[in-house]
Amino acid sequence: MDFFTFVQILDATLRFATPLLLACLAGLFSERAGIFDIGLEGKMLVAAFLAAAVAATSGSVWVGLMAGIAGSLVLAVVHGLAAITFRGNQLISGVAVNFFASGITVVVAQSWFAQGGGTPQLSGDARFAAIIWPGALTKIRELRAADPLTQTYSELISGHAIIVYIALALVPLSWWVLYRTRFGLRLRAVGENPAAVDTAGISVVRLRFAAVLIAGVLCGLAGAYLSTALQAGFSKEMTAGRGYIALAALIFAKWRPWHALWACLLFGFLQALALRPDVLEGVIGLKVQGQLLDALPYILTVIILAGFVGKAIPPRAGGEPYVKER
Amino acid sequence: MDKMPKWADVVLLPLISLLLAGAISALVLLATGVNPVAALGVMIDGALGSTRGWGYTLYYATNFIFTGLAVSVAFHARLFNIGGEGQALLGAVGVTLACLMIPWPHWTIALLAAVVASALFGAAWALIPAWLQAKRGSHIVITTIMFNFIAGALLNYLLVEVMKPAGIMEPASANFPPAVHLPNFADMLAPFGIPFSPEAPANVAFLLALLAAFLVWVLIWRTRLGYEIRAFGFSETGARYAGISGTRIILISMLISGALAGMMSVNNVMGEAERLVLNSAEGAGFIGIAVALMGRNHPVGVVLAAVLFGFLYQGGAQLSFQLQIPTEMVTIIQALVILFTGALDQMIRAPLERAFLSLRKARA
Repeated sequence: MDFFTFVQILDATLRFATPLLLACLAGLFSERAGIFDIGLEGKMLVAAFLAAAVAATSGSVWVGLMAGIAGSLVLAVVHGLAAITFRGNQLISGVAVNFFASGITVVVAQSWFAQGGGTPQLSGDARFAAIIWPGALTKIRELRAADPLTQTYSELISGHAIIVYIALALVPLSWWVLYRTRFGLRLRAVGENPAAVDTAGISVVRLRFAAVLIAGVLCGLAGAYLSTALQAGFSKEMTAGRGYIALAALIFAKWRPWHALWACLLFGFLQALALRPDVLEGVIGLKVQGQLLDALPYILTVIILAGFVGKAIPPRAGGEPYVKER
Repeated sequence: MDKMPKWADVVLLPLISLLLAGAISALVLLATGVNPVAALGVMIDGALGSTRGWGYTLYYATNFIFTGLAVSVAFHARLFNIGGEGQALLGAVGVTLACLMIPWPHWTIALLAAVVASALFGAAWALIPAWLQAKRGSHIVITTIMFNFIAGALLNYLLVEVMKPAGIMEPASANFPPAVHLPNFADMLAPFGIPFSPEAPANVAFLLALLAAFLVWVLIWRTRLGYEIRAFGFSETGARYAGISGTRIILISMLISGALAGMMSVNNVMGEAERLVLNSAEGAGFIGIAVALMGRNHPVGVVLAAVLFGFLYQGGAQLSFQLQIPTEMVTIIQALVILFTGALDQMIRAPLERAFLSLRKARA
């Protein structure tokens, strides 16, 4: 394997890690506030569909992005109502959100576009274009001949859609919000001990709703990235379990923003490897089953959950509805 | 004193949830330009209007009885087993091995072997998440979700690399021998002179599902173990003070749950497909969640809810056949039923309880 192939795999890693990272940060905000969210998958799916559908109809990817976020927010509000207002089971609500998304996207897509539950192919302004950094090479022949530094700069750092850079910037931002602001302190507190937050005269309901809505926006970004940047259009079930991998990454990261970045990059790397079995075989000298690579994020998460490699302890009040009156 | 009579909790609440789910689904249909009343007509006619329709409805219902019972047994111990899908896939591997490895002389013995194999494989797949929950405190919801994906990848590997007969492109096992063919409803009803559509896939496994429902009822409400499971689900600390081992209850209830989910494959793999294909459970493991919630975790409720979802499935297939509405319409109804009966229970319950209280005051 030459250096350029390596850079290409890292480039794919970054692209695959982006939706995982956005969804993982979404789950981070929600779960840190004490609201379990297994509906990441569904919110991403609805956002992916609406972003592609509206971008295809309006011709503008930005309008599509707004529509995607709005769709994701609607599901976030439903989850918030069920989990916070009506103190229902957060896990069951998340399951319902996922099924609703996987049904409604296909039914609406079929009646809107009649293309087997997908949207038309997006092109031009209906897609997020790659941002070419100054001085970056774009032609594959020039890239192959270039020195490693130029290859890294042109292939790995330059040439991604804007959402990739937003996702990366959101990691330090999330860390800062959670650990350096009053809002973040309160948000973490409400996930550990809501009664204490309540005693201090701060609204538990409002904080938790804020967290759930932030998760909605982030899932919206993740979904829109899938259908308007990573791919050119929506297809049935296109999230393909990414919401669950993000959930796995969140546990892997033990609910911390920087670790979430590393976990998502690792899982993104596994996805990128699965597409290049030839490279993998060349490097380690034996054939690795693609199915093993598919299952690896889940297996790793189970091992982490089992506490064999450091224990993953979730926020203490996670999953528990807060009852004020006794 | 209870705030409302038991019948309201058992019958009225699920019915209101179902009506709400139906109303929203009707709105979705209207938005896509379909008359909901006409659509319901197509569904009823397609699912209940002929013995063929009934045969499909009850075939799907058989799957859902097994997975619904699986979810509800775990629910009684306050464990949320989302892993029914993966356990059913592993059960399917068990059924396939039982049917292909040994040349059975008659379907009755093969059926017994398949039941045992599917239950063992399904239970084994539930054992690891159960053990992790009981001993390491890993959240069972997350581990069972992960195990669904691992099961999917494992089945994919087994079909592509191990079980696929040579010379066949499609990732599927060999066809089962004719000797293990299960009698369908047409075969079973013929001796009584009752005509039944021979193309409908409902088979003898339906009776097995009913038997399983009865046994679950006996287990939960008529045995010491069932009492302990319910006590543990009601209050973990209370059960511990009463000398009930939490580890034992978690392990046993999850093993039973996994075995029930696994046994679903007797119906769809041995009774219908007669070979193992990718994604053989087709989401029935997840429908078990809706069925258990709708059926209030009682075997009678589970059987009724399973028939209802069987109707929705077969009716949904007819919708896509006749009106070109994607079968995913059923997924929407399923999601809404889960939402209203499971997560938004309080939204419907609170006003209902208030109504019953004021009714009682007015009478007094």
